[in-house]
Amino acid sequence: MDPVVLFFLLGVVARLAKSDLRVPEPLYEALSIYLLLAIGIKGGVELAQQPLGAVLPQALAAIALGAAIPFILFPILMRVGRLPRADSASIAAHYGSVSVVTFAVGVSVLAKQNVETEPHMPLLLALMEAPGIIAGILLARMGGAQRIAWGTLAHEAVFGKSVLLLLGGIVIGAIVGPQDITSIEPLFMGLFKGVLALFLLEMGLVAGARLGDLKRAGVFLVAFGIVTPVVLGVLGALVGQLVGLSPGGTALLATLAASASYIAAPTAMRIAVPEANPALSIGVVLGVTFPFNITLGIPLYLGYARWIAG
Amino acid sequence: MLTHARKLLVIIAEAALEKELVRDARAFGAHGYTLSDVRGGGVHGEREAAWEADRSIEMKVICNESSAERLAQHVLATYAPNFAVTLFVADVGVFRPQKF
Repeated sequence: MDPVVLFFLLGVVARLAKSDLRVPEPLYEALSIYLLLAIGIKGGVELAQQPLGAVLPQALAAIALGAAIPFILFPILMRVGRLPRADSASIAAHYGSVSVVTFAVGVSVLAKQNVETEPHMPLLLALMEAPGIIAGILLARMGGAQRIAWGTLAHEAVFGKSVLLLLGGIVIGAIVGPQDITSIEPLFMGLFKGVLALFLLEMGLVAGARLGDLKRAGVFLVAFGIVTPVVLGVLGALVGQLVGLSPGGTALLATLAASASYIAAPTAMRIAVPEANPALSIGVVLGVTFPFNITLGIPLYLGYARWIAG
Repeated sequence: MLTHARKLLVIIAEAALEKELVRDARAFGAHGYTLSDVRGGGVHGEREAAWEADRSIEMKVICNESSAERLAQHVLATYAPNFAVTLFVADVGVFRPQKF
């Protein structure tokens, strides 16, 4: 088992045992800035060494995949789950967007098994952050009188912390290139795995605190939190195969499709769709889907990718 | 020492509302504000400030009675129905009335 997953489980256990362990908020903030930048820089350095033309169809497919997912999930949440429109749209948006840490764990699992991936996968990660959120807001507002603040939304989509740092890191890495990156390499690449482990300890504490929400969320949402990534992983793997990604790249796209956002989406949906109950979306995303993905999901998505590749 | 009567309006809310609250405070005539990150619990559950969607802020606004009343009414009508919001008002004395 990947050591980072054990750090996550340690966090969950600490929380359930009511330990006084607490990761200070400024440290959480610093670790998340580091992870976003490190993922971006690593992708940027490698992206600089290959033609951009080949990346474009895959980038467009990733955006379309992110935007399509809420439209698939919304009717299920409304009709089968009998959830109100606002909650259905909000939960669908969380799944349409992506989880950077799930992606990072995916990269780490693939690296451990010596599975090669395309260097531009961090770019696809950055591109998949916003479309699902925008689709979710559209679904919440369809037929309603409330107007959508497109200017604010566009600003958040590009300049929100996670997209800004990922894209910023990619640009820095691409400009600097493989030779000159050596000066910052020990921090951003050498320490990556250890920092990810610390971050997952904190995520374990946060996810453990959300387990209580699940009692209120009910059986449907708990089942939804497990079945959805399993099915979306298949969709992501099929799209990956269709646009010619390697098995490693396909496994990461499947991981992205199966992951649900807990940084960008909760904040964006809170403002855009305030009537949605955040305990439901955050409970299912952090209490069910995130733990499922980093323990069982990622190996499953690698299995999909290998099976599809034949 | 001579002081001048003003109102201190304290708004404790989800951090997602920060930009809106700052904009509203200015729009309703406040000359300034002070923000701090806080944590606590209430009818919406515990808010421990552990990560993005779990943060809360405390905003202090010292202004004249009319501004405080209009800002409080606006916050209660606009945000309180859907967000975790607590607000209260107190009488304070300030030394430099032109600042508030």
